[in-house]
Formats: sequence, C-alpha cells, structure tokens
Amino acid sequence: MSSAMIETTYREAVREAIRDALRRDPRVFLMGEDVGRYGGCYAVTKGLWDEFGPERIRDAPLSESGFTGAGIGAALGGMRPIVEIMTVNFSLLALDQIVNNAATLRHMSGGQVSVPLVIRMATGAGKQLAAQHSHSLENWYVAIPGIKVVAPATLEDARGMLWSALEDPDPVVIFEHVMLYNRSGPLAADAGPVPLAGAAIRRPGSDISLISYGGSLYKTLDAAEALAREGIEAEVIDLRSLRPLDDATLMASVARTHRALIVDEGWRTGSLAGEISARIMEQAFWDLDAPVGRVCTAEVPIPYPKHLEDAALPQVPTIVAAARAILGRE
Amino acid sequence: MSTAMTKDQILAATLEELTNVAPDLADETIPPDADLREVFDLDSMDFLNWFTALHRRLGVDIPELDYPKLRSMDDVATYLAARLGGL
Amino acid sequence: MISLYRMPSLGADMEAGTLIEWVLQPGQTFAKGDVIAVVETQKGAIEVEVFHDGVMGRQLIEVGQTVPVGTPLAELEAAMVTPPDQRTGVQSGGLTEVLSESLPADMTASAIGVTEAAPPLAPSPQAPFPKLSTPVAPSSGESPPRSAPLIPPSPSMPEAVDPRASPAARRLAQQRGLSLDGLVGTGPGGAIVLADVRSAAVALASGTPQAAPRAPAPSPTVPPLATPAASATAGRRPAHPGLDLAAMRQAIAAAMAHAKREIPHYYLSQDVDLTPASDWLAQRNAELPPERRLLMGVLFIKAVALTLKGFPELNGFDREGRFEPSAAIHVGCATAIRGGGLVAPAIHDTDHLDLDTLMAKLRDLVARVRSGGLRASELADPTITVSSLGERGVDRLYGIIYPPQVAIVGFGTPRPAPWVLEDRVVPRQVVTVTLAADHRHSDGHRGALFLAQVAQRLHEPENL
Repeated sequence: MSSAMIETTYREAVREAIRDALRRDPRVFLMGEDVGRYGGCYAVTKGLWDEFGPERIRDAPLSESGFTGAGIGAALGGMRPIVEIMTVNFSLLALDQIVNNAATLRHMSGGQVSVPLVIRMATGAGKQLAAQHSHSLENWYVAIPGIKVVAPATLEDARGMLWSALEDPDPVVIFEHVMLYNRSGPLAADAGPVPLAGAAIRRPGSDISLISYGGSLYKTLDAAEALAREGIEAEVIDLRSLRPLDDATLMASVARTHRALIVDEGWRTGSLAGEISARIMEQAFWDLDAPVGRVCTAEVPIPYPKHLEDAALPQVPTIVAAARAILGRE
Repeated sequence: MSTAMTKDQILAATLEELTNVAPDLADETIPPDADLREVFDLDSMDFLNWFTALHRRLGVDIPELDYPKLRSMDDVATYLAARLGGL
Repeated sequence: MISLYRMPSLGADMEAGTLIEWVLQPGQTFAKGDVIAVVETQKGAIEVEVFHDGVMGRQLIEVGQTVPVGTPLAELEAAMVTPPDQRTGVQSGGLTEVLSESLPADMTASAIGVTEAAPPLAPSPQAPFPKLSTPVAPSSGESPPRSAPLIPPSPSMPEAVDPRASPAARRLAQQRGLSLDGLVGTGPGGAIVLADVRSAAVALASGTPQAAPRAPAPSPTVPPLATPAASATAGRRPAHPGLDLAAMRQAIAAAMAHAKREIPHYYLSQDVDLTPASDWLAQRNAELPPERRLLMGVLFIKAVALTLKGFPELNGFDREGRFEPSAAIHVGCATAIRGGGLVAPAIHDTDHLDLDTLMAKLRDLVARVRSGGLRASELADPTITVSSLGERGVDRLYGIIYPPQVAIVGFGTPRPAPWVLEDRVVPRQVVTVTLAADHRHSDGHRGALFLAQVAQRLHEPENL
C-alpha cells in the first residue's frame, strides 16, 4: 500500500501482468495473432517473445476458432492458457468455441472438468479503424452463462485482474479498450492481483449515478466534473465486472441518488446498458426519481472519418446533456 | 397636538388606526364598549401596533403600565382625550 | 424565449388558486424575486414571485378567475429579447431562435413559481424536449432507425389524466399522506419528483401547527373562496381577504394527523422564572416610544434560536426517516388567524438578528398574516416552530410537530406564581416552556438540556 509509485501506462500494466503470470506459473502461456515476434498489434506483448521464447509466447495463424479451441483443449489438459484475440470483431469467429465449448464443458461433464482459460481481447473505437475493428460487443459475451467477463479500466485493474482470472476455474474474458492502452498514470510498484468481482465507486456523488465501464469510464468522470461545475454531484461507478454484475453496489447507489444514467459504448439495442436499466427497474423502482437514462453508441457501423467516429460514440457533452435531462435541468 | 379634537373625532381616529393594524376587522361593527381582546381576539402584537399608530398620529405615548386598563375602543378614546386635554 | 408562468402549488392540499391581482402589466420588466401577481389560496393571499429577469407578456387569465394548479397564468419573456407580441411573429427574424433555447436551471428547479418553456409558435408534439426527443420512425419494419439519437428519447409527456410522478416521489407522497394532485412537477418533462413532494410537505406544514388553535370560527363574511366551516361560535368573525378557512382547516387536519400518526413525539416541560426578563423588558420599554418596544415573544424566539445552535438535532427536517440538519436557523412563528386557522411563516436566520430587528420582522410578519401578503418563500422553510399562546391564559401547550420539522417549542402564558428562591417562597413571574420533539432524531436527555439552556438564556435577557 505504502510502496513507491511508478509512472506507467495501461499497456505496460497489462504486459507486466502477463509477465508476472508467466513467471509465477509454468502452466501459463500466451497464444494469439502477432503476439510473438511482432509484439502484438497494440504492442502489448512487445519483448515477451524474446524473454520467454516461442513455446510460451505462441504466434497463431489467422484462425480464431482454431486457436481458441486449442486454448480450450490446453486448459482441459491442465494448462493455464491466455488467448489473445486481436479485436472483439474477430472474436465472433471463435464464438462457437466459447459458447458451445468453453462455457459448457463444466456443466456437460457434471463438474468433472473445468476450463481455466483466459481470453483477452481489444474492444472499442476511437482509432479510426472503421467498422470491422472498432465495435464494442461486450454485451454478446455478457449474455453467456458459464463464463465471467471483466473490463479493467484502471491501471490497477489492468495489472491485477489477469492473475485472478487465471486462478478462476472457469473461462474469463478480459476486455481491454483500445483507447486505454496509452493512458498513463501512477501505479504502485508492487501492484498485484485484484479481485474480479465487485463494482467500484470512482467518484462519490449524491445527485445521480453514472454507471460505466472500460473506455467510457474516463469520459464519464470528465462529465461528472463538468456537472459538478453546475452544482450537480454525480456518483461514478466503474462496473469492472460485466458478468456477473454487482447489483448490490448499483442498487445502493441508486437508492442514494434516485437517478441513474448508464454510459455504454455498445449499441443501445440489446445492450449491457439495457440489462442494467432493467435490473434497476426490477430492484430499485421505488427509489427512482426519474427514468433511467442511457448514453450509447449510435446504431451505425462505426464510421471511419474522425468526425463521424466521434459523433457516433458517447462523448462528454452527450453524457452531461443526458444527466441534465434526467435532473430536469435541460 | 390638536387639543380641539372632540371625543367623537378621537373615537373615529382610534377606530381607523385599529382597522389599519387589523385590516381583517375592517368589515366588522365594533361596539365602543366591546372587550377587544375577548370579543375580537386582539393580541399583544395588535395592541402594540395600534398604540404605536396612535402615538404617531396623536402624539400620545401610552406606557406599558397603562395597557391593562385599555380594553375597549371607549377605554382608549377616553384615555387619549384625557391625555390630549391635559396638554 | 417565452416561458409560461403557471399557477404555483403552495401545498399538497392546494388544487386551485384565484388570481386576485396582477402586480405587473404586459410590457413591464421585472427582476428575479419580484412579485408578479397575488394569488388567493387557503393560506391567504400569497404574493407569487418570479425566478428570473424578464418582461411580462400576455396575461392568460383574468383577475377573479379560479384555475387549477399548473394552469398557465401568463407568458413571461426573458430579459432583452422581448417584444410583447413575439408570439404573433411580428418580430424580426433573428429572434425566433431564442424560442428554442432551454431554460436556466433555476427556473425549472423552482417548486414554487413554476415556469417552463412555451411551445414554439406552432406547438409541436416534441415541445417538452426540443433538443432530445426527435426519434426517427423506422421507414420500414426493419432494424434500427436511420439516425438513432445518442441519447435516448425521454418518455414523451402527453397531457395525462394522472399526474406524472416518479416512483420515489409517489412513495414519499404516500408516506406523508400527501396527494399528488395539484403538485407542480419540476422533473423531466414536468414530472413530479422527490424535491416537489418535499417542498409540498414543507409548504403544507407551514399552514398549520400548534396544539390548541385559537377560537375556532366559521365566517359568514369570509370572501369568495371560503366555504365556512361548521362550528358556530357566538362571536362575530372577521373577514380575511383571500382566505379559505375551511381549506386551511383541512390542511391543518392533514398535517397534524400525519404528525400524530408518524412522529413519535416526546414531551418535556419546564417552569422558568421569568422575573428577570419581565423586569428587564418593562424597564427597557418604559424608556421607549411604542414603536421601539419589544414583546416578550421576541425574547422567547431569540432564546430558542440561540440555544438551537448547540442542538442541531432539533433544527432541521425528517427526510424519509433520516434526519437532515439545517445549518440555518429559520424559526417558524406560529401566528393565529382571527377566525381560526394559523400559519407559521419563517423568520430567516433568526439567531443572527438582534432583538430590535427581530421585533420588526415579527411585526411585519404578523401584519402580513393579518392583511394577506405572505411570501411563498416564508412558508416553505421554517426549520423549527415556536408557538406562544401569549396572553390567552393557558399555563402550557404541548405542540404537535409540523412535518418535516422535528421539534416545536411552546410557551404558555407568563403568570405570577409561588416560587422557591433560597429556601423562601416568593412570588415570581413564571412561564412554562415545553418541547415536543421527534424521538427518532433526538432523545429526552438532550431535550431537557435544551430547555434548561433556554431557561438560562431567559435569566439573562440582556445577552439575548
């Protein structure tokens, strides 16, 4: 706790987490496209191939279903694989393996086997990578019983969630938002594992609960600051775990603020924001002083031009405007 | 002050000031001998405001010690007439 | 920008109000806080205030008309851009943009005088949410709308038969025994939200306290609104401009029934030797002309206000069972209305006022209770109530707390009484002070300390 702080980036924090896991446990290995010699398309794994060698940092062919399935098999065989999928868009090719194998085998085997697999994947827009590399499909995974889904947004969580995920006996999907990799900040030099469960209140407030996760967290915190200048004290909650959701923290916050706005980079229809909204309605209806609001991405394939990409995504002014509307302060 | 005021004039001025401080009594018929506290529910604030107004209008200061004997319009008018006549 | 000024709600019980005077005429400018009209309610004639600068526009109802709460009374125009005939489209082109601007926050947030943006020239269905609610209907049955908004359309707000209220507001209203009818909403789309119910509860409470109302009384002479209550006392009853005594009785009934039902009162009383205060006051007043004299009630109020500083648990509000202390001390002064009924408007920051100022404020308050003309803001925010039965001859009164306040202090009639002083029985001037307080938020031990300190302060009137 009281140890020295180092200045680092989200990317380095993830890399350090992988390195730490590789050192801790010889069963751990990393597998994915361009993770080895190239150092990862987001440069997360740069240097690990030299350090740990091609046995433990394995470059895979462009075959998401194949290498994810291989990861599942390795996990069944007693290994602790980390499978990296370049973006969530590409992960759809592996969805059969994840839904029909990784998530089910514990249940179909009557508890005889488990799949201690970790799948890391990049998600989100903001780098002008257009509609096949930029989507936020976390909600697809959140809908799958049998796996856990987390979205580290802070350096501590980027550093700490991987090991906890590897220790979990069931498959865990880790979403890393592409706009977070370059974020820098102080991190304790001896930062270590953090629990996967539980949402975190990143900013306390009394007037409205702003619920967010991943890449949208910092936009939401900025919006909270803007609202504070208008005398609106927003509480900002970082979900951290997307499946399971920490209902208790959410409902306790709504009970205090009586208002909720969910900021979610996914598309609105069928979104995680929709799920959270429904839970609030089910569990905290009588605490609500206004309809639950959502700020989501426009329902278009993410555009390539910068101005259109920006316009499609949740942004600080849209979050502020939505919060004001909920408070009747248009 | 106007020592030439008649008792009736004093009574009229007294009534006028009373309805100024208690406009809710304006439409009432207030018998000169009615006990204002008992019948019309005047309270200490009303009495004080009334005596303040009379002091301004007629120049007669009614000390607190005399309050207890001033219970009706007649009491007040008679008291004022005596004080004005004595000037 | 044109906004509508609507009939304000001054309590959950208020369903309608009667316009008795337009203080401002079309074209006249006004500043935030100005009184624009006088409205008759069961609490008397209330001066209603505006919450921004601007110019009076078209008046939509006439003097004498009784309209439900929420009915538009007048069009107000924001400062500067304000030809009165803006709505007729006479003005030059550049001004029309202003119509779609949103309101400053403090206008919509006000629970008392409620304004809202008027629909633009040709009212459109999206008027309440000009910026957000432009959902595009899918052109065919297929998937998402072509240009789905980033922020979801808020629920549309058509005219509804039932008042639109948030779940939390409904729950609180039910707990308080308040009706939502007649409340003016300040939430999204004009919905009634928690804050509206809370201020209604406060406003309702302001029309009420005291255990023993003075002479009950129907009034054959009460003007327009009044439906005289039943009890027929012999005495003649005075007129009250714009006062509906029957409605006020209902408001008192609702608030007091709620208080007795929900608030676990505890009661304490203490006899206080008032001789030092009486002597000090008599001596002081003897040297002063009537306009500078003080009433004993002022000493009572000041002693309570000063003592409260050390007893925050008695000064504030119960919010759904949780105590919300008030930093400011606004003593509500229970003031009887001749003919029955009473109000307890606040004297703001009572603890900071010297006795002369306090006396002046009390005089002003009583005068305006008598003549009509209480300000809505005075009714809204007392943090405690002091009730004094003055010279009416009762020894002590046990008050009923005004929700959402948590305490009421009562003073009986000062009286000469035998008193033991240094082993001898002597005649002294004595007053009995009582405290009724909410046991959810304070205990008798603290209440007793509070009364002891009030007594101590009355022993040293020169320090008040």
